[in-house]
Amino acid sequence: MTERVWHILLESFPKILLPGLRMTLPLTAVAFALAMVIAVAVALIQFARVKALVPLCRFYIWVIRGTPLLVQLFVVFYGFKAGMYMSPFWAAVLVFAVNEGAYCAETMRGALESVPAGQIEAGYCVGMRYTQIMRRIVLPQALRTAFPSLSNGLISMVKDTSLTANITVAEMFMATQRINARYYEPLALYLEVAVIYLLFSTLLTWLQRWGEKRLNALGGKEARHA
Amino acid sequence: MLEVRDLRKRFGHLTVLDGVSLRVEKGDVTAVIGPSGGGKTTLLRCVNFLEKADGGTLIFDGNSYDLRTVSKRDMAAVRMKTGFVFQNFNLFSNKTAIQNVTEGLIIARRMPKDQANAVAMRALDRVGLRDRADHYPSQLSGGQQQRVAIARAVATNPEIIYFDEPTSALDPELIGEVLAVMRDLAASGMTMLVVTHEMRFAREVSSRVIFMENGGIVEQGESRAFFAAPKEARTQAFLRTISAEN
Repeated sequence: MTERVWHILLESFPKILLPGLRMTLPLTAVAFALAMVIAVAVALIQFARVKALVPLCRFYIWVIRGTPLLVQLFVVFYGFKAGMYMSPFWAAVLVFAVNEGAYCAETMRGALESVPAGQIEAGYCVGMRYTQIMRRIVLPQALRTAFPSLSNGLISMVKDTSLTANITVAEMFMATQRINARYYEPLALYLEVAVIYLLFSTLLTWLQRWGEKRLNALGGKEARHA
Repeated sequence: MLEVRDLRKRFGHLTVLDGVSLRVEKGDVTAVIGPSGGGKTTLLRCVNFLEKADGGTLIFDGNSYDLRTVSKRDMAAVRMKTGFVFQNFNLFSNKTAIQNVTEGLIIARRMPKDQANAVAMRALDRVGLRDRADHYPSQLSGGQQQRVAIARAVATNPEIIYFDEPTSALDPELIGEVLAVMRDLAASGMTMLVVTHEMRFAREVSSRVIFMENGGIVEQGESRAFFAAPKEARTQAFLRTISAEN
């Protein structure tokens, strides 16, 4: 590689990383937090068979999982724009939260159903109410089961935020495209942004490993191997 | 103290309990024995509302409940005064031994934490597991898990404890420690209704025996008399098979 390319890469590095820290990570953090709230609520409604709301949950999951994320971004940002103003960032947060919420709801539902029925029966037999059993016994166990899959979702989301360049969110990928428009070094620059995404994903993978260890300690699962 | 009248339960077309009636007096240790599939476990589960009965009445502590239509509030009220020990222990796997015991005290009965911990420690001490208080279920043997489960049932100071084949899931060498704890409990005057395959327990510890088969009670009576001179031909045959096997 020529000296010119190295120079461009070095100079563009902070210009790509900064939007990553300012946009990509906050967008992911806020959207994923909201997605978790949606997922737990939707999963619990189905697990507890709240008759009036179950069809609504199934419809939500059906629509969201059946349509492309990019299309959802366009519908919300360009489609709803006429009705009310929404900044690109918040439009992206909304779409990512609703989208990821649908997938994670299914993960959570599966995890809830994997908790043995005996855990709930034992809860009743010591005098606990259904809500108490869910909050203190079933949900913590289900979260532990779902944790690796949910982490997967989080890592996917970091990378998928690159799609929001299409709705003018000034995140890492858009920054890279802009720099490339000036210098035209697509291979080097897009590889550079790829490395930064990889960096973020790696950090999250470490976070996941640390989280699993903590959860194992809380659930005493480690002992099986001891 | 506890009376069940005409308890009926069907699973689909299969009649599991066909009009079962029984009484348990305070301090009784009643063993429910009989061949598998006879309805023993279902009886216990219906009495504590884990299974919804198709008919029957429960009289508990002077109150009468229709087992088919009993309200959630009444279920909760009765369960506050009963303990249940499962075949597969069913300890809360995300809680330590002592947390398993305090859960019903702190959360269901709103007992202050310090007091609950003291009560739980006493209960664990009683089953010989004081030093395992901070272990998770996965760190305990089957026998130890079942003893924690018994401590969990005892700690709430129930009027009766139901045992559903408490030693059936255990390795043979672990059965003794659980039976010893149950023997202690019986000696202390605890009212117990025990579904079991352990004939020695039934013979030596229980005060009364109920023999169930095909969803009905074939014979019941005072333990000594029951084993010494069973009246029904079917009971005699069952006891012969059992003693031949042992």
